[in-house]
Amino acid sequence: MSRIGVFICHCGTNIGGVVNVPEVVEAARHMPLVAFADENKYTCSEVGQSSIRNAIAEHKLDRVVIASCSPRMHENTFRRTVTAAGINPYLLEMANLREHCSWVHSDARDATSKAIDLVRMAVSKVARHEALFPKQIGLTKRALVIGGGVTGIQAALDIAASGHEVVLVEKEPSIGGRMAQLDKTFPTLDCSACILTPKMVDVAQHPKITLLSYSEIVDVRGFVGNFEVDILRKAKLVDYEKCTGCGLCWQACPEKIPSEFNLGLGHRTAIYIPFAQAVPNKPVIDIANCRYENYRRWKETEEGEEPPQCRICEGVCPTEAIDRTQQDEIITEKFGAIVVTTGFKTFDYSVYGEYGGGRYPNVITSLQLERLMSAAGPTEGEVLRPSDGTHPKSVVFIQCVGSRDDKVNRPYCSKVCCMYTAKHAIMLKEHDPEVQCYVFYIDIRAGGKDFEEFARRAQDETGALYLRGRVSQIYQQGDKLMVLGEDSLMGRPVEITADLVVLATGMEPSENAAEIAQTLNISYNTYNFLIEAHPKLRPVETQTDGIFVAGAAVGPRDIPECVAHGSAAAVKAVALLSQDSLTTDPLISVVDPMKCVGCFACKEVCPFNAIEEQVTRDGRTISSINESVCKGCGLCVVACRPGAINLRGFTNQQLLSEVLTLVGR
Amino acid sequence: MAKVGSNTGNQTAERVYSYYPGCSQLATAEEYDVSARLVSRKLGIELRELEDWICCGASAAHSTDHWLSLALPAHTLKQAEEAGLPLAVPCAMCFSRLKFALHELENKETRDIVSHIIEKELSTAVAVEPMLKILADESLPIPVVKPLSGLKVACYYGCLLVRPPEVVKFDNAENPQTMERLMQRLGAEPINWGLKTACCGAGVAFPRLDVVLKLSYRLLSLIKASGADCVAVACPMCHANLDMYQKDMKAKFGEKLDLPVLYFTQLMGLALGFSPKELLLNKHITNPLPMLRKKELI
Repeated sequence: MSRIGVFICHCGTNIGGVVNVPEVVEAARHMPLVAFADENKYTCSEVGQSSIRNAIAEHKLDRVVIASCSPRMHENTFRRTVTAAGINPYLLEMANLREHCSWVHSDARDATSKAIDLVRMAVSKVARHEALFPKQIGLTKRALVIGGGVTGIQAALDIAASGHEVVLVEKEPSIGGRMAQLDKTFPTLDCSACILTPKMVDVAQHPKITLLSYSEIVDVRGFVGNFEVDILRKAKLVDYEKCTGCGLCWQACPEKIPSEFNLGLGHRTAIYIPFAQAVPNKPVIDIANCRYENYRRWKETEEGEEPPQCRICEGVCPTEAIDRTQQDEIITEKFGAIVVTTGFKTFDYSVYGEYGGGRYPNVITSLQLERLMSAAGPTEGEVLRPSDGTHPKSVVFIQCVGSRDDKVNRPYCSKVCCMYTAKHAIMLKEHDPEVQCYVFYIDIRAGGKDFEEFARRAQDETGALYLRGRVSQIYQQGDKLMVLGEDSLMGRPVEITADLVVLATGMEPSENAAEIAQTLNISYNTYNFLIEAHPKLRPVETQTDGIFVAGAAVGPRDIPECVAHGSAAAVKAVALLSQDSLTTDPLISVVDPMKCVGCFACKEVCPFNAIEEQVTRDGRTISSINESVCKGCGLCVVACRPGAINLRGFTNQQLLSEVLTLVGR
Repeated sequence: MAKVGSNTGNQTAERVYSYYPGCSQLATAEEYDVSARLVSRKLGIELRELEDWICCGASAAHSTDHWLSLALPAHTLKQAEEAGLPLAVPCAMCFSRLKFALHELENKETRDIVSHIIEKELSTAVAVEPMLKILADESLPIPVVKPLSGLKVACYYGCLLVRPPEVVKFDNAENPQTMERLMQRLGAEPINWGLKTACCGAGVAFPRLDVVLKLSYRLLSLIKASGADCVAVACPMCHANLDMYQKDMKAKFGEKLDLPVLYFTQLMGLALGFSPKELLLNKHITNPLPMLRKKELI
């Protein structure tokens, strides 16, 4: 005979304020198999937990019902409590008297009556519980980091520092991400390249880090500790074993293509490194634009005019590193943990017709201005107008382009634009004291260490004129831009003659963020930002065990936040990889091999691919659950026609007894 | 584009519309009405004027009484609904008011109240289209006999024709292209300029002429600087402000503009071979004839 103990929690006044707890305790004492019932002000407190342990010993209890909050909140806490008192943690059942009762009802009498029913159901269920034991599985002590921006770089370095192997996958020819494009960083104005490039070099030199540049994730299989990932290594047509990065090839290449890294403001060659400090500092051949590759494509059909053959790079390369035989290649690697740091791109402002939508050459984005300001940029640090190469003297900044605007479906704040625009106003004045800056803003959001002081400096010291209001129209008049807007503090329209207009474009997730999230089976929101397991308490974990997220892929973030999150994700990954084996949750489905008819309806519905085929000794093909993959969702139980599948901890018998108890049978 | 009627040959109308001229087109903008009808007939478009159309209410109604501003266009819309044809509207203001009314009448409660006011059951099943859209339809061949070669045209849409986008649902509110493409088909050269949908000052001319002079001058000076020979418009209010006050602008700002302002239908008419007299080109305050003669277009 079982001896069940029932513990009812007041949860301060959360439950006790509505439910008559002593009445529930009294009712519980008379339920079948209940040997002991008691109440507690806060069951989860140390006092509450020790009273449970004492009662178990004193009254020789072997099963426990705790009627308090949602099991999502404290089931694990109480499992540890009963385990400490010598009871199997799965001989515990919780009745949710808070979220399911006191929080949603106001009538004390009815709520109390419902609370008694909930406890009665839990008692009848726990009487049918069995002791369950978790299993141990092995793991691959290796991490994958997807995305080589500052977040991914930080995560990779931190994981590697703990002694674990890391593979860093970057889709571009170089790591560095958006931060590599910046000139200076707010609020300290330290040089972006000076603080980032040493980290990039560390990545390249770290013995525990394998850098796969110009590569993408194609497919992910497996589960926590045991992921199998297919990685596409795009053909670079350069043998990195032979290449020394001397640069003769890209200096000699005659083809000129607008540079992606400089956002169209300068040119690169067809064989190229994106920027001088690139890591790896070895080039790739842009197959779509290479003259000889064009010729090779033409040669296949010989349609149209014969293009030139070129091959200059091959001629100048002293180590014969150009390898035209290279093909795209997919490699498969095993990992125990994955950190996703796919980052952001800037909003495409062409939907804003009032700002010209891309028609005016002297309307540029803030990231383009960064490239103009950068000493390594297309103008070697001179801020020149794209139209005629002159120095702008009157510069208008427009904030919130693609942020805080329902009209373009970007209602969120991109968080960094107020600060980087203040930085631009300060920097422009340093570049050229004759410059007058105007900033159209909605609010100045300068929350952060030293941020407000920095934003004030832009206004007070550099004489930038901050105008609260939106710009209604920009039009070209001669070689000037006329900016029409509103000063909503003065309540009047303003008209500014500008040489250059800079749009503070907001942040949105990288192009293929949603695709990668789907491959990894992690969630993303309507804007394709990745969703963390809990926005406050589990900010770098996801609902999929073993996959972590960090940086601007999760939401608009500045550099310090990205670095902090990169490190946080690394710690979580290291904590996982530091274990010698992983414990699986025993609350999963089991198949009764005698009842299974092998219809595999279960396989159809399983969202985790946990159902495998198994041949029995008598030659029947039946289904079998991969215990490492099953999440215990229970879909297969419902789909199983012969009733061969049961979910441990929620068996058909356990649930039925709850229902029968409720209807009084 | 609605196609109604039988297809029985080139000159027989296969595109039939109800036609709502609007008050201005009977008076100050007579040339817009006349040229629109001439061009339509030439292109095989039949315009059937509504028998009992009334004023759309213009800016007077909606600035005094919300229900009046809906009931006036509703009366006209009801007739168009009964005629069962799409409604062609030359005037930008009329077009705007009719579209606003349709937009508001989407709401059942509003529709019931307005139906009660005009004592007729309303539906919203009527298509209202600006004359510009109908005549610039690219599936409609334009038999150009006199290409407007060498004529640089600044196309000006004004505020109402393309705004607000969710109400009028026509072209692009910031950088519309319908008129430009039409001018290209006529052989003219549309210029690129930035204030195509900015305000001319509209009816503020009566209480505050200084405001209209400032706003309209801003447009014309930019057009002049952009090297255009003339302005093409699709709104009688815009036409009046830009055409009538060029002398006042010269007095106030010191710049001699001398920029003819023509309805796009008049330019179409020229290309289709109608005479300046037929198109009432002599009705403009800023005389376009010397410029057209210089360009050898008349």
